[in-house]
Amino acid sequence: MSIETPARPGTTTAPMLAVKDLVVRYGRGRKAAASPAAVDGVSFDIAPGETVGLVGESGSGKSTIGKAILGLQKVSGGSIAYQGTDITAAGPGQRRALGGELRAVFQDPNSSLNPRNTVGASLMEPLKLRGAAAAEARSKAEDMLERVGLPRDAVDRYPSQFSGGQRQRISVARALICDPKLVVCDEAVSALDLSTQAQVLNLLADLRDERGLSYLFIAHDIAVVRFLAERVVVLYRGQVMENGPADEVTGNPRHPFTQALVAASPVPRPAEQAARREARESLGIRTGAAATPAPGGCPFRLRCPLATDLCRDERPALRRVGGADVACHYA
Amino acid sequence: MIPNVAPAPADSTATPALAPAGTPGKAALTRFSRHRLFASPGAVAGLIWLAAIVAASLTAPLWLPFRTEDQDFTAVLSGPTAAHWLGTDELGRDILSRIFAAAAGTLGTSMITVLVGVGLGTILAMAAAGAGDRAEAVISRVTEVMMSLPGTVIILAVIGAVGTNIPLIMAILGVLISAGIYRVMLGQAKSLQSQLYVDAAKVDGMGALGISLRHVFPGLVNTIVVQAALIFAVGMLIQAGLAFIGFGPPIPEPSWGGMIQGASQHVYDAPWMMVPTGVVLALTVLAANAIGNALGKAPNAAASHLPSAAARRQRAKAVSAAGAADAPDGLAKGLLSVRNLSVGVDNGVRLVTDVSFDVEQGTVLGLVGESGCGKTMTALALLGLLPSGVSAADGRILWNGMNLAAATDKEMEGIRGRDIALISQEPMRALDPMFTVGYQLTATIRRLRGMGRNASRAEALSLLEKVGIVDAAGILKTYPHQISGGMAQRVAIALALAGKPRLLVADEPTTALDVTVQAEILSLLRGLVKETGMSVVMVTHDLGVVADICDQVAVMYAGQVVENGRTADILDDPRHPYTLALLAADPHANHTDMPERLATIQGQVPQPKDWPSGCRFAARCQFAGSACLAPVPLLSSGTGSGLVRCVKADELAVEGLDWVATDVAPHRLLDLTPEQLNVTEKDLA
Repeated sequence: MSIETPARPGTTTAPMLAVKDLVVRYGRGRKAAASPAAVDGVSFDIAPGETVGLVGESGSGKSTIGKAILGLQKVSGGSIAYQGTDITAAGPGQRRALGGELRAVFQDPNSSLNPRNTVGASLMEPLKLRGAAAAEARSKAEDMLERVGLPRDAVDRYPSQFSGGQRQRISVARALICDPKLVVCDEAVSALDLSTQAQVLNLLADLRDERGLSYLFIAHDIAVVRFLAERVVVLYRGQVMENGPADEVTGNPRHPFTQALVAASPVPRPAEQAARREARESLGIRTGAAATPAPGGCPFRLRCPLATDLCRDERPALRRVGGADVACHYA
Repeated sequence: MIPNVAPAPADSTATPALAPAGTPGKAALTRFSRHRLFASPGAVAGLIWLAAIVAASLTAPLWLPFRTEDQDFTAVLSGPTAAHWLGTDELGRDILSRIFAAAAGTLGTSMITVLVGVGLGTILAMAAAGAGDRAEAVISRVTEVMMSLPGTVIILAVIGAVGTNIPLIMAILGVLISAGIYRVMLGQAKSLQSQLYVDAAKVDGMGALGISLRHVFPGLVNTIVVQAALIFAVGMLIQAGLAFIGFGPPIPEPSWGGMIQGASQHVYDAPWMMVPTGVVLALTVLAANAIGNALGKAPNAAASHLPSAAARRQRAKAVSAAGAADAPDGLAKGLLSVRNLSVGVDNGVRLVTDVSFDVEQGTVLGLVGESGCGKTMTALALLGLLPSGVSAADGRILWNGMNLAAATDKEMEGIRGRDIALISQEPMRALDPMFTVGYQLTATIRRLRGMGRNASRAEALSLLEKVGIVDAAGILKTYPHQISGGMAQRVAIALALAGKPRLLVADEPTTALDVTVQAEILSLLRGLVKETGMSVVMVTHDLGVVADICDQVAVMYAGQVVENGRTADILDDPRHPYTLALLAADPHANHTDMPERLATIQGQVPQPKDWPSGCRFAARCQFAGSACLAPVPLLSSGTGSGLVRCVKADELAVEGLDWVATDVAPHRLLDLTPEQLNVTEKDLA
């Protein structure tokens, strides 16, 4: 199977990735139809060379979206297009034909490399799948290891001989070894300590600048997203709450949930943090109650200080407020 | 988190980075299992026995003194003689010759069962794990049907239909056994399928078959070998059993089961006849089982981490003697005072050295640092909950005038929960999934406070309300899995408060929670400290959490406190380069104008065995100089209120230097050789 050549006029301005009305439900059959969708009508684009941050709390569906893009999660509705080609239901053959352009870096540096294979074997696997010769693949793997700051002889060693930060560098090397255009980073630095986190974040930024990569950077930490992303998409219970430039969304959040998220992220300056704490408490955000809101309406309404009957009855559509798109009746 | 001491699981996908760096990786897996085999004397004996049997039976035609059907009527039913070493049977046939002539057939046909059973079971398990829920459901139903079939009846029916075709019967036995093997393999195959490296391979476009062969099968090999050894033994026994009831190889041909059956008819007149065949069969089965056991044993199960009781007593005595030497009296009640605490593994490696701090009543102390810096070990030492094989080796933990570092287990039991309580990173670990929240809370209250049923229930309700749970009565009736992570952490805090503790040790209590929930839990803790006047030792890696809740902070690096003092002083005006570097690397510190690149600290936290005698941060520090090679004490810094372990602290404070993003190794910036920086304590000693 070969991918269609995106020969339509206007492909130059076509987004690298277009997610449209994506719906993902877990389970099968009647049970799935009855349960709330894990991802509920999410749309966003990633332009060539752009880094989009996907942020939300646990259970917001951010990782599910990443998996759907990578073909690891079955999609219930909507579409995902990579450079104009629909990949919503692409099988292994079509994925292989994407030529390694769409790659991933996962969260857990312990389980993202097969402990029984050498680092070299893990790095060369995607190249060999595409028919690269062993010698060529090996030298490419060594070059890539050097690029991410590891010694060339790391190819013959096993993942257990490296620290968490080094393993995450190896995962980055594996993702970038076949010159991808788009890399999905799913909580790629969450498991790392501060100093190694900074190293890996800088590495991702360097590689992006060198190679013009696009990233979909999925994280729960809005400060980490802010460092890398040009645009931020904020999710709550599978729906987009706010989507706009990173400065705008994190510096001047419009949606009450984004405000809560930004205010809750602590800063390491005691006086400033005390002021932020007071500001957060004055927002009047209610505790993440155990009660799940009934479908329809705004998913955040049970915690929102601004909520009214309108929020219960009508799901707010994304609309332009200032520089960002916000899904709130009262933003 | 816990270096060196946690026994790795059998399928160790997360070996800590402690693996000796010099180990050449070649054929690690085979060396590993070989090593395990040779560690067990039973397995070694079993291997030798099996190898001898196989070699002897394959070469049997060359050396056997008699052919199997040779009859010696001069020595019927004889015991061991010079001519017939193991005696003869009722027709005067040599037993030794018959045993070894039969061995090849018995072992070979048992191998058929192994190949069919384990092979089919493994293939089914890999297919079910790889092909999705629906395929798994179908395969599982089919194997359930197979397991419910009466195996003996089927085998006898086959014998009735096609005669005693031993290879065919053993193959059918293998098919019947495969259902059980499938059950054993399925869970493991599914867990391997859910590994992130399998996801990564799928993203590459690797098909289901490729993933099964490349990533799942190698992970199953160990189990396959173990199961094969055990099934081999089962196959031999069943084959002997069939021959015993007359369904063995056609008559003149020898088989172990047939020989035992023959011997059983002469058990009164020639009891010896049973012995050689019986012993050979029993030993062979035992050998296969011993090998299976040795292969299946967890790699570290044999090595005990527990020190001998005598060693523990001696150490406790040493620590208490050291503590008694200058036990200060008149310490304020409610004050925790840790002095020169060292925590070490029993082989002598120190994980925490010379840690001192005070926690005054009603204050919160933060222990902050990266993983591997000893903050969790320090916190666990306060509770006497250090992992086995790790203990407080030196120093004192003074609590209400008592030295906890030298307290006995019994004394600690009286203190834990009542005086000092723990909340951990994973609230779900504090809660037993088998019991309701209400049962666990009331049981704890009754144990710690000696209250009655009704009083403890009322107390449980008030505790839950205290930790901000609105529907307290409803939560009492739920099971832990029914509540969210934030709610579970509130319940865990309520549990910790049940004994009215004066000191709460909180080990990363908000790390697993969403930031909005973290903010709520921190507010709750702050309120509880104010209300109850208890003290908190908060272990965290998050400087924002420290800024939010801690009055005092001790920054730890490589098992030492490197900086210690009031939170506002240390975070706003750090003196130690490590604190400076951590703040510079923290994206939360830069939220107003995010830099193009974050500052980094090159390299990583050294392993405890590699700690140098001088400044432990020197190898990564951009300010390091030759003065940093000597041991650095924790001293008060010129202008600040706190203590700092850096010879250049005052100089840096005056110059107001920033930590810069640098990937240049410090020994190239300074005139230090790497050798100079790596002088270890051992070298100096």
